[in-house]
Amino acid sequence: MTLSSFMSRKDLIGFAILAAVIFLILPSILDSFRLNLFGKYLTYAFVAVGLALCWGAGGILSLGQGVFFGLGGYCMAMFLKLEASTPENTSIQSTPGIPDFMDWNQLTELPVWWQPFYSLTFAMFAVVAVPVVFAFIIGFAMFTRRVGGVYFAIITQAFAAILTILIIGQQGYTGGVNGITDLRTLLGWDIRTDEAKTTLYFVNGALLFVVLFIAQYVRKSKLGRLLIAMRDQEDRVRFSGYNVANFKIFIFCLGAAFAGIGGAMFTLQVGFMSPTLVGIVPSIEMVIFCAVGGRLSILGAVYGALLVNWAKTTFSEAFPELWLLGLGGLFIAVVMFFPNGLAGVWSEKIEPRLLAMLGKPKTHDAKAGATSPAGAPAE
Amino acid sequence: MSERFILSVESLEVSFDGFKAVNDLSFYVEPNECRVIIGPNGAGKTTVLDLICGRTKATSGSVKFKDKELLSMREDQIVHAGVGRKFQTPSVYEDLTVSENLELSYPKGHGVFGALMFQRDDPVKARINEIAETIFLDDQLDEKAAFLSHGQKQWLEIGMLLIQDPELLMLDEPVAGMSVAERKKTAELLNRIIQDRSVIVIEHDMGFVADIATRVTVMHQGQTLSEGSMERVQNDPKVIEVYLGH
Repeated sequence: MTLSSFMSRKDLIGFAILAAVIFLILPSILDSFRLNLFGKYLTYAFVAVGLALCWGAGGILSLGQGVFFGLGGYCMAMFLKLEASTPENTSIQSTPGIPDFMDWNQLTELPVWWQPFYSLTFAMFAVVAVPVVFAFIIGFAMFTRRVGGVYFAIITQAFAAILTILIIGQQGYTGGVNGITDLRTLLGWDIRTDEAKTTLYFVNGALLFVVLFIAQYVRKSKLGRLLIAMRDQEDRVRFSGYNVANFKIFIFCLGAAFAGIGGAMFTLQVGFMSPTLVGIVPSIEMVIFCAVGGRLSILGAVYGALLVNWAKTTFSEAFPELWLLGLGGLFIAVVMFFPNGLAGVWSEKIEPRLLAMLGKPKTHDAKAGATSPAGAPAE
Repeated sequence: MSERFILSVESLEVSFDGFKAVNDLSFYVEPNECRVIIGPNGAGKTTVLDLICGRTKATSGSVKFKDKELLSMREDQIVHAGVGRKFQTPSVYEDLTVSENLELSYPKGHGVFGALMFQRDDPVKARINEIAETIFLDDQLDEKAAFLSHGQKQWLEIGMLLIQDPELLMLDEPVAGMSVAERKKTAELLNRIIQDRSVIVIEHDMGFVADIATRVTVMHQGQTLSEGSMERVQNDPKVIEVYLGH
């Protein structure tokens, strides 16, 4: 793939603007508390980018991305919890050296499957591998049986419910409804200080760009075009000699890997992981981030995650009980009036005007964007 | 026998909730033959194509393509064996350009990692241009398929099959819904592409059928009513009774 086919001039400008927003503008205008909040919002952008590929390009709507976000987050939390549970720190427990919630639940020994999480290397591997394995199992079971559309969405939602119930029910192993809390250090580095949070914000931003580059590569490869083809004419793809299920499994697993990384970064920046971040409601919120940003655009997905989360914090501080209604209203408004989300508004309304103001003749792209049929990919 | 025929359909049967859409159907297609299937609506013509290409699973019977049993194969495996299928309504990828539509049908990079690594190199571009010229769309290569006319979409789908280069090509009503001019051009196109391969065509336009058919199979209620040259079936009293009219 040549550089120009990997990223057009327009894409390059979009990436540059986003980099400026994340690495320059936000850090310079926000105090460290707010910057940490935006870091948290950006962890959801990982999920939204994955959804832009799965749902926007491939037409696979998953209402269970919280599962993968949560699995990634829990893998990271397990490592941090073990590091925080040194025998000295937990000397008042009846069994020192195991996580506090295990002690409260009368466990006297660390479960075998917790053991590998003493290793950061293993935990980092698991952050990606566990969500991918789960996604593979779900994807293989569903897509080879040709389960798709609404049915797939409902089943993924059921998985989100199942995982939440499982985590809450197995309190001794998972920390139950409280989640895994009181995380302190990463290899001895205190993650609770302002400096650490700022550093983690930049690490998070860099990882997000890695994910965005991978997503951009996939989108611009033949596989990206195949996803669009599958969304529109699945049978034609099948009868052109492709095993459609394999492609769906691949993109679903890729979305899960992205979500897992986001979850791990959430745990590091926020300092805990709990089942409330895994279930149906957060999973649906993640779809809304993607829809608001423009489900066809990976950069739009990032802005969607930032904007909706910022609105959530702002409005729920002022009117806590109205927020969910507002979120629902926002979703309906986007679907009805801006089916291509912020990215669509940008490419159809703002960009042509900007170009006109700058005195440039309308580009072919802008014209094509304005006359595209509904659902056409916004570049 | 299997050497003589490229496709052997034997005692093929499929029932949907007890209704036998195709009932004990047998026919044989020779290499380079153009077989046209005609028959009244509901005779099971499209179902036969669906069964051959794996879209519908047969209840019993056998479909052998060059000694390979197709009934136990997945759709994409059947395609790789050398069977191409065009649908009745034009099935093209509307959000992709004409050249992207053709590129996706190019027989390379069909696995997940093959597709990730696929390069649109010079042989691929040359082949796309060649096919685009054949299907009269060489000026619209960068146009989104959504903006093509109905007839152009049909051509594009035919082009997508050509780039696959199947040994057996199955076309479901390729000239349906076309203007007179488009129809004439399509007949030309089909006459050119049915050389050097076996073709099964479903069609209602009798003039068109007479033009291209090597042999004709008339289907009625899921069974073969008559088979042979165009002249023979046209004069068959059973065919006149149920289909061609008096």
